[in-house]
Amino acid sequence: MEFKVIDLGLIDFIPALALQKIKFKEVKEGRLTSCLILCQHLPVITLGRQAKRENILVSFDELKRRGINIYEVERGGDVTYHGPGQILVYPIFNLAFFKKDIHWFLRKLEETVIDFFKDLEVKARCIPGLTGVWVEEKKIASLGIAIKNWISFYGLSINIKKDDLANFCLIRPCGLEVKMTALEEVLGKEIKMDDLKQNLIFHFRRHFLIYHLNKASVTSNY
Amino acid sequence: MTKVILPQLSEGIDQATVSYWYFKVGERVKENEDLVELTTDKATFNLPSPCSGIISEIFFQEGDTVHVGEVLALIEEDQSDLEGCQ
Repeated sequence: MEFKVIDLGLIDFIPALALQKIKFKEVKEGRLTSCLILCQHLPVITLGRQAKRENILVSFDELKRRGINIYEVERGGDVTYHGPGQILVYPIFNLAFFKKDIHWFLRKLEETVIDFFKDLEVKARCIPGLTGVWVEEKKIASLGIAIKNWISFYGLSINIKKDDLANFCLIRPCGLEVKMTALEEVLGKEIKMDDLKQNLIFHFRRHFLIYHLNKASVTSNY
Repeated sequence: MTKVILPQLSEGIDQATVSYWYFKVGERVKENEDLVELTTDKATFNLPSPCSGIISEIFFQEGDTVHVGEVLALIEEDQSDLEGCQ
């Protein structure tokens, strides 16, 4: 088993969502085993299923003035912001190849991101009871997943560029009084997005494909 | 009458919140169509309809918490489907 990797670069939220839906259909119909989509988004605020409007802290006119679109989406979670300073990762994974368990999948995504940061000598962690990845008390990666027919879509966003952090003040991220950070802020130096993507893909392969191979091996032994 | 039951979505997690019904009572649904969306943690999960038919009852509304094994809804199966099963 292998998964296809597609890097869309900088793209608006809606066409990236359209591609997710195309790849979801291919996975559902068995034409593709699984797919990992990477991209950066033009500034956008998305509202998950549990979103409360009061977690957007400025008027819609102000968002419009700043060129930030707003969309309601069918993922879990509250309000979040995406911008060009984040790497967005959309795993379109058929969990039948791995484990049909929502929390296993969320924790596996968090472990993948933590290992990705470990390579950069950043000590990231989970906080029990909260979803996402944190550096000390600040959040550096957010998750919001949807699953249909045990196939995932939507995904995670990883904060890389510190310039993008200012836009988080427009919302109460995930409905929490949470402080966000970015890789550049943690390392205190400029980071190029493209240098990181191969490393991220490597950790996705390491976590998910090895799990799949181990599972296949255990099954074949019986 | 077919019961729509909340399956186990995750080890150690025995409940979810109903976040969206794709159909109302009295509407016709096809087998495997998205019937209800449930939310747990930061994930939504779509439960497909187990059969084709008309939804006769919905026991949990959007925002309600439901436990694994509880009946979410009842579906009156299409007669043609039942005949096909015989």
